[in-house]
Amino acid sequence: MFACCMLLVLPLLAILAYIFIEAAPVLSLDYLWQNPARRGTQGGLWAPLVGTFYLVIGSLLFVAPIGILAAIYLNEYAREGWLNRVISITVTTLAGVPSIVHALFGLGAFVLTMLPPFNKLFGLDWEGGLLTASLTIAVMTLPVIITASREALGAVPHAFREACWNLGSSRWQTIRTIVLPNSSSGILTGVILEICRAAGETAPILFTGATFFKFIAEGGWEKLFPYGIGEPFMAMSMHLHVISTQIARMPDQMKFGCAAVLIMLILFINSAAIVLRLRMRARKRW
Amino acid sequence: MTTNGHPHIEFRGVSAFYGPKQVLKGISFTVPRNTVLGVIGPANSGKTTMLKAINRTLDFVGGARFTGDVMIKGENVKEMRDANALRRRIGMVFPLPVGLPLSIYENVAYAPRRMGITAKAELDPIVERCLRQSVLWDEVKDRLEMLGTRLSGGQQQRLTLARALSLSPEILCLDEFSIAIDPVTTMRIEEVLKELRKSMTIILVTNLVQQARRLADHTMFLWRGDVIELDSNEVIFSDKPKDRRTYEYVNGIFG
Repeated sequence: MFACCMLLVLPLLAILAYIFIEAAPVLSLDYLWQNPARRGTQGGLWAPLVGTFYLVIGSLLFVAPIGILAAIYLNEYAREGWLNRVISITVTTLAGVPSIVHALFGLGAFVLTMLPPFNKLFGLDWEGGLLTASLTIAVMTLPVIITASREALGAVPHAFREACWNLGSSRWQTIRTIVLPNSSSGILTGVILEICRAAGETAPILFTGATFFKFIAEGGWEKLFPYGIGEPFMAMSMHLHVISTQIARMPDQMKFGCAAVLIMLILFINSAAIVLRLRMRARKRW
Repeated sequence: MTTNGHPHIEFRGVSAFYGPKQVLKGISFTVPRNTVLGVIGPANSGKTTMLKAINRTLDFVGGARFTGDVMIKGENVKEMRDANALRRRIGMVFPLPVGLPLSIYENVAYAPRRMGITAKAELDPIVERCLRQSVLWDEVKDRLEMLGTRLSGGQQQRLTLARALSLSPEILCLDEFSIAIDPVTTMRIEEVLKELRKSMTIILVTNLVQQARRLADHTMFLWRGDVIELDSNEVIFSDKPKDRRTYEYVNGIFG
């Protein structure tokens, strides 16, 4: 069994070591701060990095409230019955849908169907961009948030709720004062997993808003807020995909540099989830 | 002994069901104000369900419902708009000790806080009164910031009692409250209950027949969802209660 575990760990370490050795020549703070130049063969990663950041924020704005409220409803309010079961099955199925299918759904639903009438209604000329890509990622990661939140809520013993109800505390008061404070770490873990997927997935944003190249400002405020919500944007996963497959004579260290930064980003976010989980265990209150 | 001419608590043909299973079979009885009703009977008699019908927490149990009327001061609990207001009038202590994952202090202050009482000057006396009434004060007064869930079973049981008293309810329902509490402490709580009955009506569900004998004015023998007998303690615990089964149960030769 120990050997099996090593079989899991060794390839990961090998991949990490290989990527970081290959990427070593380009890795620097400047590499993060510079915009890509000459079709990505030179310069740094700022434009896709900041794009991924806003994509994550954008998808969280949709998926976190919807997912957490859905989990609260399913776990705390919904009565056992066929509707509850149908919703549960739907959530599970949604989790199993390949991301490319979500991409096509996002393209059809958000970019082609909803955006034109929306533009007409408000007199805008938005195209597939941060908004539509965020929505697509949100739909894709909804099951992650719902499942993690339901697990976290379900881990709070039912007896606590009954004790509160017997004191005349309403369902919502009970949730707010007892259930949520004791499940917040678990819910946050789900949110962090969502962030990892949003940052790492290429397919869902491929058709729904990400672009390979966009000139953004080299300095000032515009460098921090480079993309409008109705504008195509660059993203790390997309950037890596294109520079690895589409551009001739791409220097190897640029590909590995991009991969290394993306992996570091995700490892960093993941370790936040691990720290949270450890703290949750240490602070267990019953 | 009445409230506006009504008994404090009145059951009128109350039946309760969990899905298809009937656990109360049309029971009727009254509890006069400021008296103690002892309820005895073996497991699965419907004792706990009866209490859950009074404060309507049966609403929270999936598949459970009850028919018939539960009246409090002549008012039907089913017709009360605000079930939470009803629950605040009734202190409930169930057999499993439950300390909320809050400090001891906040456990007792929980219900008052939900009522908008947040000033420490107001909460402090409430917390001390309730912890004294549940005979827990001396053991925890120096560590009120400790988590309630870290207390021992018996202490958590008394914490539950303290919480139930925190809104000064008019009715107190105790379901096997002394199950995890040592006999000496139990006796001290019983003394407190004798004091409390001056200001509240108490329903005492107990497996300890002698506890009902000591504390109750009337005792009800509930068996398989039926009231077998309800009478004053003089009759129930005499040699000749009206029903043979009561005599057998009280004297431990039932079954």
